[in-house]
Amino acid sequence: MSTPVLEIKNLGFCYPDGTEALHNISCRFEYGEAVGLIGGNGAGKSTLLQHLNGCLTPSEGTVLFGGIPISREMLAEVRRAVGVVFQDPDDQLFMSTVFDDVAFGPLNLGLPSDEVTARVHCALERVGMRHLCDRPPYKLSGGEKRAVSIATILAVSPDIIVLDEPSSNLDPRGRRRLIDLLRGFGQTRIIATHDLELVVEVCQRAIVLDGGRIVAEGPVVEILNNEELMLAHGLERPHILRHQHPHH
Amino acid sequence: MKAARYIEVGQMDELGRLDTPLHRLDARVKMAVVALFVVTVMSFPRYEISGLMPLFLFPFVLMSSGNIPSGAILKKVALALPFALFVGLFNPLLDHSPVLTLGSWTVSGGWLSLTSILLRFTLTVSAALILLACTGIYRLCAGLEQIGVPALFATQLLFLYRYLFVIGDEALRMIRSVRMRSAGSKKLSLRTYSTLTGHLLLRSIDRAQRIYRSMVSRGFAGQIRVLYRTRPGWRDAVFLIGWSAFFILVRFWNPAAALGGWLTGEHP
Repeated sequence: MSTPVLEIKNLGFCYPDGTEALHNISCRFEYGEAVGLIGGNGAGKSTLLQHLNGCLTPSEGTVLFGGIPISREMLAEVRRAVGVVFQDPDDQLFMSTVFDDVAFGPLNLGLPSDEVTARVHCALERVGMRHLCDRPPYKLSGGEKRAVSIATILAVSPDIIVLDEPSSNLDPRGRRRLIDLLRGFGQTRIIATHDLELVVEVCQRAIVLDGGRIVAEGPVVEILNNEELMLAHGLERPHILRHQHPHH
Repeated sequence: MKAARYIEVGQMDELGRLDTPLHRLDARVKMAVVALFVVTVMSFPRYEISGLMPLFLFPFVLMSSGNIPSGAILKKVALALPFALFVGLFNPLLDHSPVLTLGSWTVSGGWLSLTSILLRFTLTVSAALILLACTGIYRLCAGLEQIGVPALFATQLLFLYRYLFVIGDEALRMIRSVRMRSAGSKKLSLRTYSTLTGHLLLRSIDRAQRIYRSMVSRGFAGQIRVLYRTRPGWRDAVFLIGWSAFFILVRFWNPAAALGGWLTGEHP
């Protein structure tokens, strides 16, 4: 498909206290691609993500979904299609068991019980957490919580998966598992992170944000290999690229 | 911190997930029976004590059939006890009319009504807690919605309960960080306390908003949905009719007084 599924046009956003968080953002996300949204703390990554499924309404500009600006009437449809995995899994897991948490989305879609159960098991299987079905979420480890919160989104079968700092608080094994999982998804993935190595491994394209503006955009290797650009915006050229042999 | 451990907030959730015949009953039927129970307890006259005794059978039977440890319920009842105590605290001072003489000791109406208040409190609060422990908050709220309570109220109740954990959690973290920096002194100044509570409110609002966003992101539109809607069956009918009959019976016939009358040959 050549039409972008999600497009942002001249987006600006001010928080109610007057802080200007985003300024004149324009970008598109094509179907099936993985895009890394990188930038230092307070660059506006999380704020931008919140616009992608209508949690925040832009002060200026528009967010287009399938070519149509997101409106109140469209919110339900957009939220089904765009799944957001929040930064803190504790915000995402609020039911009394893992099963109920993963079932929450499909139930809200109004699916029949068997379909809901099947989806829950399938989503948990996908992230390798099926054995945790009956456990209360607050008793899980950080890695398990992250995997389950991704499952809560998979169960709704979104076309676009948005992840906010997915590798934070994960141990190396958990992080590796996450990277493999993200690489295996066919959906459009938009990943906001500081984990530049993860971006290199998962994404094809990178967007650099600083001070609420897009300062660079392009193929991952090209952008992240630009030492000058990286340092100017509080980032670093990732090791994984330094070690790559030039002839490869 | 101690309070949080004492109440064991998560325990009610764990109990609510048990699978016993009592847990499998329809939430609406259980709510109706508990409501009837509360009405029965409250309908007794103010000095009544012996008549209330048979009603203790209800919480005990429910706890044993629902595998609910009595400690879990009693601890929470004790926590709310001061409130009931305040309600009846002045009765012994205001009401001196002698009602009962035990040998040379005269019991005034005030003491009798205070005891009665405490008994009623224990009965009703434990019944409500048992209802929560044998149904789980989610099914309970879904049940409320089913019997026609507006979705707005049912979800309010659900959130009130859910955010209890959220606020408790935030409070714990704040207290921990204060402890670590208060150089061993246990007492906090009033100023620190007021800043802490203010912060707690703001942080909880933020956190609650994030949770709400994540709910909305997964299609929550103000309606509580459950996987399996239970349909009342014959077990529910037996539960409802059996307990209603019991409540009516003990309301109009006092087994303690009857036993006393039979033993002494006197009829009051």
